[in-house]
Amino acid sequence: MTQPALLTVSDLRTYFYTGAGVARAVDGVSFTIGPGETLGIVGESGCGKSVTALSILRLVQQPGRIEPGSRIMFENQDLLQLDDAGIRRVRGNRIAMIFQEPMTALNPVFTVGDQIAEVARVHASASRRAAWDRAVEMLTMVGIPAPAERASQYPHQLSGGMRQRVLIAMALMMNPALVIADEPTTALDVTIQAQILELLADLQQRLGTSIAMITHDLGVIAEVASRVLVMYGGEVVEEARVETLFTEPHHPYTEGLLHAMPRVGHRQERLAVIPGSVPPPTAWPSGCRFRDRCAYAWDRCARDHPPLYQIGGGHVSRCHLADEPERRTARSAAQASPVAQAAGPGGGA
Amino acid sequence: MAGSTPNRGGAFDRIGAASPWRAALGTLARDRSAMAGLAILAALALVALAAPYVAPYDPRAQPDIVALKNLPPTLAHPLGTDQFSRDVLSRIIFGSRVSLSVAFLSVIVAATVGTGYGAIAGYVGGKLDGLMMRIVDALLSIPRVLLLIAIATLWNGFALTGLVLLLGLTGWFGVSRLVRTLVLSAREDEFVTAARALGASHTRILIHHILPQVISPVLVAATLAIGNVIVIEAGLTFLGMGVPPPSASWGSIFYDGKDVVGTAWWISISAGVALVITVLAVNLVADGLREALNARQLPAR
Repeated sequence: MTQPALLTVSDLRTYFYTGAGVARAVDGVSFTIGPGETLGIVGESGCGKSVTALSILRLVQQPGRIEPGSRIMFENQDLLQLDDAGIRRVRGNRIAMIFQEPMTALNPVFTVGDQIAEVARVHASASRRAAWDRAVEMLTMVGIPAPAERASQYPHQLSGGMRQRVLIAMALMMNPALVIADEPTTALDVTIQAQILELLADLQQRLGTSIAMITHDLGVIAEVASRVLVMYGGEVVEEARVETLFTEPHHPYTEGLLHAMPRVGHRQERLAVIPGSVPPPTAWPSGCRFRDRCAYAWDRCARDHPPLYQIGGGHVSRCHLADEPERRTARSAAQASPVAQAAGPGGGA
Repeated sequence: MAGSTPNRGGAFDRIGAASPWRAALGTLARDRSAMAGLAILAALALVALAAPYVAPYDPRAQPDIVALKNLPPTLAHPLGTDQFSRDVLSRIIFGSRVSLSVAFLSVIVAATVGTGYGAIAGYVGGKLDGLMMRIVDALLSIPRVLLLIAIATLWNGFALTGLVLLLGLTGWFGVSRLVRTLVLSAREDEFVTAARALGASHTRILIHHILPQVISPVLVAATLAIGNVIVIEAGLTFLGMGVPPPSASWGSIFYDGKDVVGTAWWISISAGVALVITVLAVNLVADGLREALNARQLPAR
């Protein structure tokens, strides 16, 4: 935490101007990532985590817009102030992205070698030959057997896990300072997931790359991240070191996510769920955005929008329970089972 | 049609070249009717190229305008002669040069202009897209033949290049619409976002990642348009607005025969049959292409 941050996002607001109103997909998000650090960003679909990722590289498409006042400082420059050519020099070069669907993130009509080599041709204006050789080298590094033959194959000839390795090779081609991985393992088999996470961790060790790992899977977070950002309703609702988050979650939403996770050795008839779903971003509830789904909610939650309360060193939570902790214990005492507590009233499937 | 084509083994070989384009070519090569169409077109093109050597007579020669006029088909004149005693077969052969080259070149012009226009509209989007597409809507609302006749009367007779440009520049509206739609959807492909995230420029994204998605439908549409343009060219010439006499095109031969169609039917009929065969062959190839290129897309989905 003491080292200077590599990336500092402050008050990021990304709004979509749709026919149904203004969708505030990302609404005042701030965080930092240090050099060599892995930050996990978790949340349900629609909580704004992917839009946050796209905003960093300014990949948000119309009708989306990053609002004035947002700042994304990276390597001493505000990415939001760069011109077109400037941001292109950052993309894929200093900050790279790994996408969720290895099936669709590769162009079906070019060989994977061509696609990896393209990165070097864009950024280093490398010769065709040199770029190709470098691509084969990268395929070796991400653990693809027979890399020279694989390089001249088309995406449909590779398995899902291998394609994800290709995407990682593309991302690491220019040895970027930061890799944003948007659900990199969601589309893969569990066994392959573990391999890919291991590969990422290993490469990070070797290259010293920072990683922003975006996922809805707390298991992934536990495995790779050192610090975690929990997002809900376009906001950060809790931030903590990964051990703290798993042992002492503060925000009721985080609590709910943890209870909704299957765990080996814990016999449960059914998993606890968080009732309801994320409200539409065009109409966030007043006050606390989680209150409709929260077991603890009281009148203050509808009135005051909670700030990020300091819970401990590097641990913040956007919940009024930080102010009135007695409400949590009172509520817990009234409830028999801890499962029901997390699920709240009406918490069926 | 698209779904009925089975995946070809070639595309799924584990190791080795399995370019999607090569797979499509393989599918096309196995398509008998497409190959037949291609063979007919190749033969027609060959005859057109070698016209001076293949044609039995000079297409403009009028050896005996009285004794040899309107002769029915004989061994000496397999398709008979016309009212100026010219050999119809020779005129059909020389006419194919005009008809085929005008058709192919003008479709290339139309496909290029339409693809560029549609790609820009679809890729840039927003207000520019709206404006560009309203212009196309307006142009499409004018019947093409009327438009052609209007322009043709202003010029009164064309050289070959003029005709190619005229047909090409009135033929791209539909293509541009098609391309725009395809680009709009290709733009949303995740690998396009991925390419942007890697720092690729707009030009690079358009040429490397979007146009390859667009090429096959345009190819199919263009092939179909060839048949259409051959007919339109014949129609224009029939109305006296195509290549000026004494040059022959299938349209002008058809036109020449219309007054005597009751007695010397072979003149118009020969030109008509040549036209029908060509259009049929082109359509066979277009059908085959559509099948083959759809099959190519299967493994990608």
